[in-house]
Amino acid sequence: MRSLPQQVPRLAIVFGVALGGLFVARGLLIPDTFGDRGHYRAAAVDSIAAQPVKFAGRAECAVCHDDVLKPHGAGNHRGVTCEVCHGPAQAHVLAPLEVKPSVVRKRELCTACHAFDPSRPLGFPQIDPVAHNPRAPCIGCHRPHTPEPPTPPEACSACHGHFARQKAVSPHAALTCETCHQAPPQHRTNPRAALPGKPESRTFCGQCHGTPETGVPQVEMESHGQPNLCWQCHYPHYPEIR
Amino acid sequence: MTPDGARPSGSGEVTPAQGGSPVDRRAFLGHVIEAACAGSPLLLGVVKLPALVAQESGGYDATEHFYGMGVDVTKCIGCARCVAACKIENDVPEEPYFFNTWIERYVLRPDGRVEVDSPNGGLDGFPPIEDEGNVLRTFFVPKLCNHCENPPCVQVCPVGATFITEDGVVLVDEEYCIGCRYCIQACPYGARYMHPDKRVAGKCTFCYHRLVKGKVPACVEVCPTGARVFGEVEGRATPLAQFMRFNDLQVLKPNLNTRPKVYYANLDVEVR
Amino acid sequence: MQGYIYPNEYELQWSLLIVLYPYLTGLVAGAFILASLERVFNVKEVQPTYRLALLTALAFLIVAPLPLQAHLGHPERSYQIFLTPNTKSAMAMFGFVYAWYLMVVLLLEIWLDYRKDMVQWAQASTGWRRWLYYGLTLGATDLSPRALRFDESAGRWITIIGIPSAFLLHGYVGFIFGSVKANPWWSSVLMPVVFLFSAIVSGIALVLVLYMLTTMFRWQKIDMPCLDKLAQFLFYALVVDASLESLDFIHRLYEAEESIEILGQLVENRLFISLIVLQVLIGTLIPLIALGTTSPALRKGGMFRTPPDLRQLIYLTSAVFVQIGIFSIRWNVVIGGQLFSKSLRGLTVYKVELLGIEGLGMTIALLVLPFAILWAIAKILPPWPESEAVRPAAPQTA
Repeated sequence: MRSLPQQVPRLAIVFGVALGGLFVARGLLIPDTFGDRGHYRAAAVDSIAAQPVKFAGRAECAVCHDDVLKPHGAGNHRGVTCEVCHGPAQAHVLAPLEVKPSVVRKRELCTACHAFDPSRPLGFPQIDPVAHNPRAPCIGCHRPHTPEPPTPPEACSACHGHFARQKAVSPHAALTCETCHQAPPQHRTNPRAALPGKPESRTFCGQCHGTPETGVPQVEMESHGQPNLCWQCHYPHYPEIR
Repeated sequence: MTPDGARPSGSGEVTPAQGGSPVDRRAFLGHVIEAACAGSPLLLGVVKLPALVAQESGGYDATEHFYGMGVDVTKCIGCARCVAACKIENDVPEEPYFFNTWIERYVLRPDGRVEVDSPNGGLDGFPPIEDEGNVLRTFFVPKLCNHCENPPCVQVCPVGATFITEDGVVLVDEEYCIGCRYCIQACPYGARYMHPDKRVAGKCTFCYHRLVKGKVPACVEVCPTGARVFGEVEGRATPLAQFMRFNDLQVLKPNLNTRPKVYYANLDVEVR
Repeated sequence: MQGYIYPNEYELQWSLLIVLYPYLTGLVAGAFILASLERVFNVKEVQPTYRLALLTALAFLIVAPLPLQAHLGHPERSYQIFLTPNTKSAMAMFGFVYAWYLMVVLLLEIWLDYRKDMVQWAQASTGWRRWLYYGLTLGATDLSPRALRFDESAGRWITIIGIPSAFLLHGYVGFIFGSVKANPWWSSVLMPVVFLFSAIVSGIALVLVLYMLTTMFRWQKIDMPCLDKLAQFLFYALVVDASLESLDFIHRLYEAEESIEILGQLVENRLFISLIVLQVLIGTLIPLIALGTTSPALRKGGMFRTPPDLRQLIYLTSAVFVQIGIFSIRWNVVIGGQLFSKSLRGLTVYKVELLGIEGLGMTIALLVLPFAILWAIAKILPPWPESEAVRPAAPQTA
């Protein structure tokens, strides 16, 4: 067999050194735990898991503060855990006497949730912070651990302001909410547990709109829009027909 | 539609926060026992907690868990306590360009226009809606890393610095990340950012350091309305299992086949 | 900023440096493919540019990873890409594609092509240059006909391997962008192909400019058939590139997916100058018309007869325009893909830093660097036809 051209062994040495270097480097430099549980450094999971906790969690608070948490757990703020208002408390858990969580008296903390905002879900208790006893601390009237509305709102507009405002400028302004909606008393204290009703028949609207004597816009109740309920097409809080 | 009768809404609802059942029953029980045992000596200042913490995480077995989150959009009041708590708990940079979780506000107009904003992630509240009378629907949506089962960010990481743990959480190895930002480009949800000081990718960890200690993520802990529900994705008696049973679920951008594990209930069609 | 962008999207992730990276690799791939025209496809006319194209490819390949490196959050960890490459990651393959192309293709081909010359230069020179050339030959100084035949045939084989490798190098860069399904501006199966052909366009144009300038500054006569051939191939590549780009554009418009609205706004508001004016008008249409009418691409001798001096000027201008256009393509892909929110509801802005590690200054420095390297390499390994030792007769039949 003829010997290889001179170039081949020379190049082979260069490439061999390069490849060998790569393998040696791999052996030396790949972290120990890499690949133990997947294509990653398993030790990273442990170091992430070892990060310090800042929010202790309600269960930790319950260890000492059962006296507060028992009534709290039965009140309207039962879903609002301690650290929502008092801030992160793990430092307090670790050193109960040295570190004390904040006690909040500012209105801003309450209005973060309870200021009226049309984007908030319907029925969530909201107030207008400008109109509602401005500058009085909320906790003057409301017990934050077991809040009750001081008096359940008389007017529906306390919560359903946007409907009230629409209705106020509509042809239906003269009607009260109760004309169409019968709200069970429980709705005032626990809105989602007992929802108000709405008209369930066409004749309800027909009391006015199918009775010429009332002087409001009339429709032929028998033929118009059967078989739908009126409010399935017309928006009663701001009816389009004037 | 949500079976309102079946779901105890408002009263008596089990949120992880109030029930204190963070991960599953077994972990919860262990936790209570531990807390009970730990509490009194702690009060006297006898035992330092780090020892207890180490003891707690020592018993954690990642293979027994598979986490996800539920978000009920109709319960979110946009208070952004979650955003604030997350920034504290995870040392997220305070500048308004770095968020593990944030709140979006949607304002849908009758003419079909959609206005979305999230000033400082919702932390400072939201400005009043312009032309408030002319709104079709408006609501808040909490966003965070979806901890996808098929995460594009993990797929593209050139060195294996971001990965899914055995319990289904997508994490970043801060000591191994080279800072190429490919994962940030690959995430369809904008859930990742470049940490300005560490120069590595930052993201939501589902508060992994809390999970291993039997606690729920900080955002879930402080959500006052129970809009966020955390737990095991697969068939255990956790709040998430209940959430998934009683709600019609949606995920974000399902067409990308990332298979998110953050499940939304009552999500609007315009959210993306 | 307009509309809504996710809070984490305020910071643009990939800056001007990442525009530079595909631009540079494109020049590498393009220049190499031009070189292979002579070697593999026996296009004799472009022979004067063969070595120049190879060295250009090498100079740009050396610089290509620098913008990436400078852009990393932790450049000191970049070696990990070789240690623990994530086989599912397109980017992880970078190190290997790069190393393969540099070591196995470019350096080897240059070494084989220059070996005989290096031996002769070593014998003819004295002092450190003598040792430099000996060192570069790796001690393989055998100039027997058999050894030279080996150089020739091995070099040819490596060029043959090199063509798909060059395709791989730049198609792969396109894939890095084209495979990001989160980004509708990038996510396209055509992306690697478009990248590839724009690479060929840019490579040919660059070598054309370099050939003209270096020949002029050495006070030599420009080989007009060679230049005509280069212009002809530039025209063909440009036609394919423009067709692919249009196909991609029409396809997007016709499919009109969810993202079409925001992408329309992107083009109208943010990319109008760089896409419509620079990329399409200056970078594509004008060179197409200029080259199509004056080069022998469509008709032997050109549609219009032009004196060589004028033709040189037209070629040079077209090639420069093409470079501007290709750089705009890279800009439109890399920056354009980040100027809209993944919420598809808003546009953001990118302000180029002037100084700083990701600024304009760095970019210009990295654009000048390959020319400096090329100048240095050309000092050691002159690519000029007159300095080449006489090649073995009839190499292709050897």
